[in-house]
This record gives sequence, C-alpha cells and structure tokens, in this order.
Amino acid sequence: MSVDEKMARRIATLARIGVSDAQLPDLAKELSAILGFVEQLSEVDTTGVKPLTSAVETTMRLRTDEVSDGGYPEDILKNAPEKDDEYFAVPKVVE
Amino acid sequence: MSALTDLTIAQARKALSDKEITARELTEAHIARVEASSALNAYVLETPEQALQMADASDARLAKGEAGKLEGIPLGVKDLFCTKDVRTTACSNILGDFIPTYESTVTSHLWADGAVMLGKLNNDEFAMGSSNETSRFGPVVNPWRGPNAQQLVPGGSSGGSSAAVAARLGLAATATDTGGSIRQPAAFTGTVGLKPTYGRCSRWGIVAFASSLDQAGPITQNVQDAAIMLESMAGFDRKDTTSVERPVPHYEAALTGDIRGLRVGIPAEYRVDNMPSEIEALWQQGIDWLKQAGAEIVDVRLPHTKYALPAYYIIAPAEASSNLARYDGVRYGVRENGQDIDDMYAKTRAAGFGDEVVRRIMVGTYALSAGYYDAYYVKALQVRRLIADDFAKAYEKCDVLLTPTTPSAAFAIGEQTEDMLQMYLNDVFTVTVNLAGLPGISVPAGMDAQGLPLGLQLIGKAFGEEELLRVAGVIESAAGFNAKADDWWSA
Repeated sequence: MSVDEKMARRIATLARIGVSDAQLPDLAKELSAILGFVEQLSEVDTTGVKPLTSAVETTMRLRTDEVSDGGYPEDILKNAPEKDDEYFAVPKVVE
Repeated sequence: MSALTDLTIAQARKALSDKEITARELTEAHIARVEASSALNAYVLETPEQALQMADASDARLAKGEAGKLEGIPLGVKDLFCTKDVRTTACSNILGDFIPTYESTVTSHLWADGAVMLGKLNNDEFAMGSSNETSRFGPVVNPWRGPNAQQLVPGGSSGGSSAAVAARLGLAATATDTGGSIRQPAAFTGTVGLKPTYGRCSRWGIVAFASSLDQAGPITQNVQDAAIMLESMAGFDRKDTTSVERPVPHYEAALTGDIRGLRVGIPAEYRVDNMPSEIEALWQQGIDWLKQAGAEIVDVRLPHTKYALPAYYIIAPAEASSNLARYDGVRYGVRENGQDIDDMYAKTRAAGFGDEVVRRIMVGTYALSAGYYDAYYVKALQVRRLIADDFAKAYEKCDVLLTPTTPSAAFAIGEQTEDMLQMYLNDVFTVTVNLAGLPGISVPAGMDAQGLPLGLQLIGKAFGEEELLRVAGVIESAAGFNAKADDWWSA
C-alpha cells in the first residue's frame, strides 16, 4: 500500500497534526516506506487466529462504585495553558 | 575504598550500613560527577538540592536504624516517569515545562525505600527511538567511543539512563522498555538492563507510549543491583488495571549461581543475515558458559520471529496515536493559538511533536482508520498471538532462552537517522519479548573488534524473573566483563 499526498493529508487531518503542503511529499514517502515494511505480515496465514490484545491473561478487577479520589481542582488545572476559574479555557467552540 | 561513584548499589548499601560513608557524602560525590559530565547530555534536569535533602533524611533514618532497602542510594530517573513538583517532559516539546502534581508509582516505591533522586534523564521523545537522537534536548553521547574518538549513540530510548550508569552518574537508573528500550541501550553501554514481565511494575504515572507493551525496569552496573532495584520498583498497584497482583520475591536470593539441569533454548531464527561474526561468536561463547555451568542446551524454533518488527510497527504506533491524542494544548503542555479549536489542536501538535513522533502517530492513525483497521491492526494482533504462541511452545522444551541483545555494537551519532527502517532493525532481537509480555535481560558479555561492549539477552517465562536473574548472574560471572569506558568527558 503506497500513500499518496492526498492520503497523507487525510491522515494528518484525522490525527489533528498541522502539515504544510511542502511537507506532504516527504511524509507520503516515509509513510509508504513504513507501510511497505509491514506489508510482509500478509505472508502469514492468520485464518482463525484470535487477535491478542493483552500479553498477560487477566480479568478486569471490579471495585466498589464509590468516589475514591479527587477533590483537587487546583492540581488538575495547575499545568493548563489557559484557565478560567475552575475550568480549562479553549477557543470558542459554539457560535 | 574505591571512589564513591565507582561503587555498586550492593557495595554502597554495605558501606552505608557499616557507617563507613554517609548518604550525604555519596550523594555529593554523584552530584559533583553529574555536574562535570554535561558533555554526555545524559541529564536533562539536575535536582541537587532535592538530592541533598533526601540524602540527609536517609542519614537520619540510617542513624535511627530505620534504613529502607535503597536507603541513601543516588539514582537517575528517566524523564518519562512523572516526578512530583519536578519537571517531566518525556523529552518532547509538547509537554513544555509540565510539572506533575503526583509521583509515578515506580518512583514512589524507590523513594519510600530511601533512594535519592539526582535528576531526570534524557530519552528519545516519548520513548520513540533506538539511539536517543529524537529528544528535544538533543542526543546523548555514549561514554564508550569509537575509533578516532568517534562519538557514538548510547542506544535508546533509555539512552540517558544507560549513559548515566556507564559513566557512573548515579548508582542505577530507572528506564522503560516498549520494544527494547532498556535492553538495547544496556547492550550499547556495557550495563545490565532488565525488562520485567508485563504487569510486574505499575505503569501509573509513566508517560504512555504503547500501553500494551510499555514496562518499567532498571539499568544497573551488575545483575545483583538489577535484582535490588526490581524488588523495589515492582508490585501491585490498583491505579494500573494491568498491574498483576502477586507477591514480589526477594530477587537477590535467587542469585545462587546454580543452574544445573536448567534447559536453555537457542532459537535458530535469531541467526540473522549480516550479523557481525563477533556477535555470532559471543552467542556461542554464552552457550558454552551455560553448558559448563551444568545447563542443558536445547534447539528451539520461534518461526514467526521475522514478523515481530512489522507487527510492532503497527501495534505500537496504533496505541501511540491513541495515547498521544491527549496532547492537544488544553489541559497541559504548550498551546499554539489558532483560528478555531481544530486549528489550535493542529498547530499545537505540529509545533510540539518531533518528526519521528509525527510519523508514528500518522502510521497508527492510518492503521486504525475505517477501511484499514482489519487489514493492518487486527492482522498485527493476530500475528502477535502467533509470536506469543511460539514462545509458549518453546517453553515446553526449555526454561529460558539465550540470544544476542542487538545485531551490532553502538553506532555513530547521525549514522542511522536518515534511514528509519535501518534504525528500527536495532530492536530485531528485543521486540518479540514485548509482544509476548515476557521478561528479558541484557548482560554485558564481551567486546567487538573495536573494543565496544556487546550484550547477551536472556528471555524468561512470564514472572520468571528469579530464574532469569540467576542465569544472568552465571553469564556475568563467566564473562567477567568489568571494563569501563575511559573518562574523556569529565570537565
């Protein structure tokens, strides 16, 4: 699978990474190289193989449904680039 | 007694408990050495005042007979571990001057046991790299140099950790390993690097790269120190849902040197093309050492080994693209203003992420996008199972596997930055272990023709760290590797 500039632009948009038109040719080439490298996986017969999502067999632990942490908004907001009272501030989203 | 910075953890522990030295003296000696070693670029933040305060507290506890397991031991911390009130950046611009308001579980264990923090260590940006050349703070220089004083990489992503331990800028260091990032840098610097079983050390408070593969571990001067460090770092943590609830053994006690009857598997698939003859010879030497110590050598097959790197370069970027979605200029880190919120996200992420991180996020985004998910992501997870099954089958015939750690010794700074696929091949022997969630250790075992260290890797069964450390100790004793890099860097 080779990635063209149009596809590279689409992926950048999905990933929310600003990419200039001038960067697109190199980026497309690099992504194509990586995808070309992983292409060898198609040689492997995986019919009926269950995908492995966790390396260690575990069952998720249950816990009591109660508040066990929190109550420190100043800590949460400490590193915010912009804040307003007890809120993160962002550019206007809804007109 | 030798210089305070030449001690191992075990030696320092004894000298402290025998009152031959104080924690303050030990820490001061390390602070001075760190300050004089900026040429290596191993530390991205030094915390000498905090270190001295911690050392004084250690001396107080030592005086009262309340010493912890790592009382007064000065360590470096990879900048991927969140440290309360101390800047943590994952060596990425996007985190700006992020100051965590909390401490990672692993480092909190170390401090609770009395260890002393010297500062934060350099790494590849978000731990993505094999040479420590993608850091926002610039490359780390390996204390070992090539012919004509050529500057070499210390491996990656834990390059600051490996360089610091090799240069004695800390008695040990924390590190993390997603595809080889503890073991490969250890091999490149003549140090010991231990990646524990997935779930052994809590991932809570460690900046996430690929959550199903990431695991913390130590880089140390020798195997005994690795056992001491792991015992403190490991343990169950409710805050990490993948943390495994089982007791932490006294790992040091496993170092008996007795491996009689142990079955050591040699996987034929690790004999790769163009492997330098010294590495081939060292591997054979390792086989002979273990045989002489009474182990039985067994040939095993791991037929899907060649597909491990391709599977990894889907799975790790896919998880990274999801994990790194949090860096959007809203809650922490830097922000670049834009016309609207989407523009703000795009500008922030373009400005904050380096080239390799952008590439991996984009590969991951692609592999997870509609229409490609099954062909790439699910396929890679299926191959991951076949790789894990290979190990399970091999372990029916053997107890531990012996392989080289890397396909080469340390290479020159800048040598592989143009060819990313060449760079990825550094992890060819280490990445299978992460995919299967197994423990692995790299032990310095010899030198190449240019006098650069080479490592042998041992791979254990899940939660087989005691056995792994025991065999590693046998390799270490047989190899007698005690060479140190000549100090050319101290100012």
